[in-house]
Amino acid sequence: MGYLFLAPTILGIIVFIAGPVIVSFGLSMFRWNVFEPPRYIGMDHFIRLVGDPRVRIGFWNTFVFVVLAITLQIAVGLALALAIRQRMATGLRYYFRSAFFLPFLMSGAATGIVIGYMLHKEFGPVNYYLTMIGLPRVPWLNSPHVVIYTVVLAYVWQTMGFTFIIFIGGLSNISQEVLEAADVDGAFGWRRLWYVTLPMLSPTLLFAAVVGVIGGLQIFDQPYVMTRGGPGDASRTAVMVMYESAFKNMEIGYGSAIAVVLFIVILLVTAGQFALSKRWVFYQ
Amino acid sequence: MASTTTVQGATKSTPSRSWVDFVRYRTLHFVGIVVLTIASIIVLAPFVWTLATSLRLPTESFTLPPQWIPRNPDWSNYARVFDEIEFFRMIFNSAFVSVAIVVGQLTTASLAGYAFARLEFPGREALFWIVMATMMIPLQATIIPVFVLISRMGLNDTLASLILPSLPTAFGTFLLRQYFMAVPKDFEEASLIDGANQFQIFSRIYLPLVAPGLAVLAVLVFNTHWNEFFRPLIFLLSRENFTIPLGLNVLKGYMMTGSISVVLAGVVMSLVPVMLVYAFGQRYLIEGIMMGGVKG
Repeated sequence: MGYLFLAPTILGIIVFIAGPVIVSFGLSMFRWNVFEPPRYIGMDHFIRLVGDPRVRIGFWNTFVFVVLAITLQIAVGLALALAIRQRMATGLRYYFRSAFFLPFLMSGAATGIVIGYMLHKEFGPVNYYLTMIGLPRVPWLNSPHVVIYTVVLAYVWQTMGFTFIIFIGGLSNISQEVLEAADVDGAFGWRRLWYVTLPMLSPTLLFAAVVGVIGGLQIFDQPYVMTRGGPGDASRTAVMVMYESAFKNMEIGYGSAIAVVLFIVILLVTAGQFALSKRWVFYQ
Repeated sequence: MASTTTVQGATKSTPSRSWVDFVRYRTLHFVGIVVLTIASIIVLAPFVWTLATSLRLPTESFTLPPQWIPRNPDWSNYARVFDEIEFFRMIFNSAFVSVAIVVGQLTTASLAGYAFARLEFPGREALFWIVMATMMIPLQATIIPVFVLISRMGLNDTLASLILPSLPTAFGTFLLRQYFMAVPKDFEEASLIDGANQFQIFSRIYLPLVAPGLAVLAVLVFNTHWNEFFRPLIFLLSRENFTIPLGLNVLKGYMMTGSISVVLAGVVMSLVPVMLVYAFGQRYLIEGIMMGGVKG
């Protein structure tokens, strides 16, 4: 009977998730452009992608993006979650909570459009106010040195509501007695935050870091809509390179090889985070 | 943020507290509110600007200074969205895909979650962990073979190509299993006396009891697929099959030299359903996100 209940899920997972992952590994060893029959080439694609400048820059950009975006996502989300815990009118708390969560409802595409327009070099309101206070116009989307930070900014704006809510949940799980005990022992302010609150919150921090990094490594929507990876390759991400190889250049096998590498990177980074977590995550 | 000192416990009078602490508490409280207010203005500014600019005259949409409160609201941009792209069609496509995936996932995940939580059969634990392990697989690692499969099935450039592969859900199975496990076992025993079969116990006794869990999954899944971009970009080719995020991307391309107010009007309209879901289902949305963090 149990198997009958499970059949739709298990079948679906085999056909659309587990099977395709295995096929991805297989396809990465074939040269195939859909029109001609696939040809086995062994590890050639993996050798090629190590030396492919677009792949290298795609993964490098993704690395820089993830480090900055996830750090900020956690820092800002945590700061706001801590700040909103103090005494205030219920309506005010509701306003703050909704405000910080709202961007999370927006699609990555809409975020790319809106933030892209707001950061337009000549006509965007952000540069308008910057010049008003005497600062130079920032080439948010036009400079290869700046654009990756612009992507970080757009992404953090859109997604920090998620970490914010996660941290509110984590903080509300810390027992009030522990915090009061810390108060009696004379630990408050920064000391209580550092020695009591953060260790108690560490499992939630680990969760936010793991989920954040997995999501961040797959960054695509916002930079694709804002810049299509430009200027040059300055905002091209790993997924964008995979998308272009497989679906624009019709190199199915090469695209699969990039996808396989990304998958392995995600697995290794996640495993690494869990291994490191033994040193800093504290379970009650 | 220093404001942790100001949680409820801090106001209780302990002997060590002096007026210095009181002043410090007051100051931190004030700083905290100021920081929150500034942060909320920064976070909300893009929404206000989007709405205000969508109501500006097309010729002045990019005119500086920016207008935060529309003086002469001009609704023509909203009509233009429907002229430039097949927006009605796209609303229908997005709604159809999102609702179909919601219904599909509620069905598959409630059946599987119930089996893992409440039924006894050999290999249950092993199967559960295998299903959970698939949560680690990113979309990119499956999308190329799924695309090939979809094409072979003759489903490329159809809405079904988005729906079908999204029906199984490891996350939804996990989420609903948690809810099913929380139901006291007495309910099942009571129904066994009446001679109900396994499926009736599931559908008549348990399913109504996990309604909050179903609501949580429904709002999360609706939001995800309403906003989805990567899969539709790959699977859909013809304009009449596009979903809203793809349509907005096309509209942005059309308006490169034209009026951004039209594009922003499209953005505003795309936000209406998710805002409504938030207004009515925020409890479930937030509960779902928190559950991941607390139990995961």
